[in-house]
Amino acid sequence: MTSKDVPTERSNGELINNQGTSIDSKTVDESSNKVKDVGNAQSSISTRESGALSTKPEQDIINKIVARYGNNVEVLYVRPSRMKIRVLPENMISIAGFIKENFGFDHAESVSGTDYPKDNQIEVVYHIGSYTVEELIPKILALSTRTNRDEPRLPSLISIFPSVEYHERETYEMIGAYFEGHPRMERFLLPEDWADIPPLRKDFRIKGR
Amino acid sequence: MLKDLVNPTNFNLMVGKLGDVLIKAFDMPLGYAINWGRIWSLWPVHLETACCSVEFGAASGPRYDVERFGIIEAFGSLRQCDLIVVQGTVTRKMAPRLRMVYDQMPEPKYVIAMGACAITGGLYIDSYNVLPGIDGIVPVDVYVPGCPPRPETLIQGCMLLQEKIKRSKIR
Amino acid sequence: MTDFEQKVDETMKMGLQIVKETEEDRLMTLSVGPQHPGSGHFRFTVKVDGDYIVYCDPDPGYVHRGEEKMSEYRNFIQNIPHLERPVIHDSNNITYSYSLAVEELVNIEVPRRGQYIRALASELNRQVYTLYWLAIYGIFLGHSTMFMWPTGDRELFIDLLEALTGARVTHAFNIPGGVRNDIPEGFKDRCLRQIAYFEKRLVEYEDIFYNNPLFRQRTEGVGTLSKEDAIRLGVTGSVVRASGVPFDVRKVEPYDIYNEIDFKVQYMKSGDSFARSMVPFFDMRESCHIMRQLLDKMPPTGEVRTKLQPNPKGPAGESYKRVESGRGALGYYIISDGSPKPYRVKISVGSFRNMLALPFLLIGSKLGDMPSIYWSLNYWPVEADR
Repeated sequence: MTSKDVPTERSNGELINNQGTSIDSKTVDESSNKVKDVGNAQSSISTRESGALSTKPEQDIINKIVARYGNNVEVLYVRPSRMKIRVLPENMISIAGFIKENFGFDHAESVSGTDYPKDNQIEVVYHIGSYTVEELIPKILALSTRTNRDEPRLPSLISIFPSVEYHERETYEMIGAYFEGHPRMERFLLPEDWADIPPLRKDFRIKGR
Repeated sequence: MLKDLVNPTNFNLMVGKLGDVLIKAFDMPLGYAINWGRIWSLWPVHLETACCSVEFGAASGPRYDVERFGIIEAFGSLRQCDLIVVQGTVTRKMAPRLRMVYDQMPEPKYVIAMGACAITGGLYIDSYNVLPGIDGIVPVDVYVPGCPPRPETLIQGCMLLQEKIKRSKIR
Repeated sequence: MTDFEQKVDETMKMGLQIVKETEEDRLMTLSVGPQHPGSGHFRFTVKVDGDYIVYCDPDPGYVHRGEEKMSEYRNFIQNIPHLERPVIHDSNNITYSYSLAVEELVNIEVPRRGQYIRALASELNRQVYTLYWLAIYGIFLGHSTMFMWPTGDRELFIDLLEALTGARVTHAFNIPGGVRNDIPEGFKDRCLRQIAYFEKRLVEYEDIFYNNPLFRQRTEGVGTLSKEDAIRLGVTGSVVRASGVPFDVRKVEPYDIYNEIDFKVQYMKSGDSFARSMVPFFDMRESCHIMRQLLDKMPPTGEVRTKLQPNPKGPAGESYKRVESGRGALGYYIISDGSPKPYRVKISVGSFRNMLALPFLLIGSKLGDMPSIYWSLNYWPVEADR
């Protein structure tokens, strides 16, 4: 890899994987270009946080994942202590099992869903961390996937990371994404008589705004 | 002369005046005594909501001691309380339960709306799950503004409620 | 058998048949409802078989105010007042994490004196929160001294915070870029005196509250969470530290100036309710050491805030930052699309993650242990509902 301080995976707005070729999967579209990396300018802030400028351990992890899965994985950014990859919904369970067994990531910190109405997609991001492996404790791997907005169905990761149980229920009622395999997919925080669309969608407007 | 006294109009007048004298002698002190008992033993229901519960807890603490006014948070059941302090935001999920709690209290009962969220919805006026004030659910006696109100403000609100009770007729 | 024994046998068989009960009759459903002598609105349903709990189902959402949706309609600075209300008594930590994430998006740096003041306010808030937690623990266990003493001591810390920020509980002190104002004169001496007084008080707390045989009986061995289960369920904060995992965000991923402060992570190995009650107490003691070092090492002069444009915005991107709050790792995931308002704000709170341990621990334990298990999990309903 290059010897820049914070190697980015992005150049000229195109998405590239480690082998240097651009990925042509169905999840690439214009909105992902918006999620640009502000990596280079941030090294001054990152130093005071983690004290480490190099991202070699994170890069190693990403290299191993890409070596195993090749084109099915899209690397979005690699920053100090934070990595983000994007996969297709069908491959979620196998990739999650792979990172649990090979690296030692063992719990999910949060599950969030975002609505992108312009591309007609919903993105669900799992932030996964580790409590057991010493080198991985400060790092967080963000595993994200995109699915169609009108029929959002995703496999549930509850068999691999049992800590996502309540998070997935909340994502279901807030954004509308249905997780298949979850034992209890019901509303959780909203009132029992909620009859409107899921609140975090962009076409749900708060009154008066 | 006795015949003059005991004719109908005079008799009615005499009975009327006797009734007035009796009311002044017994009804007012009795009402005063009953109201005095109610004022100095207002027991609130333990209904902690979102944020203002922190200041209510601080008001029950040793510095802003609200127990000297007789307001003890009765940890027993709500069937023996006569004050409900709605502290903070009431959401749409909580609203039927608030009404149920209010209905279960025995008469006479009083309601204090504490905090901006209980009065008009406050900071969360444009949230999808928050009621704009509790006026539509329970009849409120005293409004205590603030976000959250300081414990001294809450105590002043309780004293206003005491004034209101003093002036009311016993039911 | 003799005649007599035969008769006894027949009678006993008849008696047992008359009183036979079905499986469903044995269970009773209790709804520990949204109004209960605890804190906040949280409902959970338990089914009990005699004295043992066999089923538990939490039902949050009674204080769900829609913070994440509201954040999309306000710009980065306007979000501070309503984002600090989920945990009103620990408000500096929840805005600390938000400020760190926004600073990464907008790409500004905070001056050193501002960082020290931020950390000082955060530690003061940690003390205030833990004392409130201890006070409500007293209400749960029916120990009224445990309610009165921490509430009184908490007022002294709130006085310090009021001198620093101007408000008792809702400070709005941390903003993206630093803190709002500098510390007043004489604050450092006041703070040091308060810390010295409080350390003596902590010795008394340990004697009266923790060395109490009744408290120990009610909490030792109750609701044990083993290390593997704690990791599998993904709990955080003092719950995971009480089960043997020394995870403290200030140590593993130091933010701001925490890599210059010397302190130890407090953890215990037993994982029962008693350990979960002791770890916050040790945290308070450690926090006193941290505050002394912060007051020592603070640069004597300097700016406290980087001034921002009226509508700050940065390039499109995303950021995930976390901070150690009173309840655990509090993370913010903010996505921005280049406009002054965030596109998506996701708050990952410690209470929501710890809620998963509640049914796991309650099932199989006695009904009388429910208060100590529930409150030792450090669950604050308003924060979990956001």
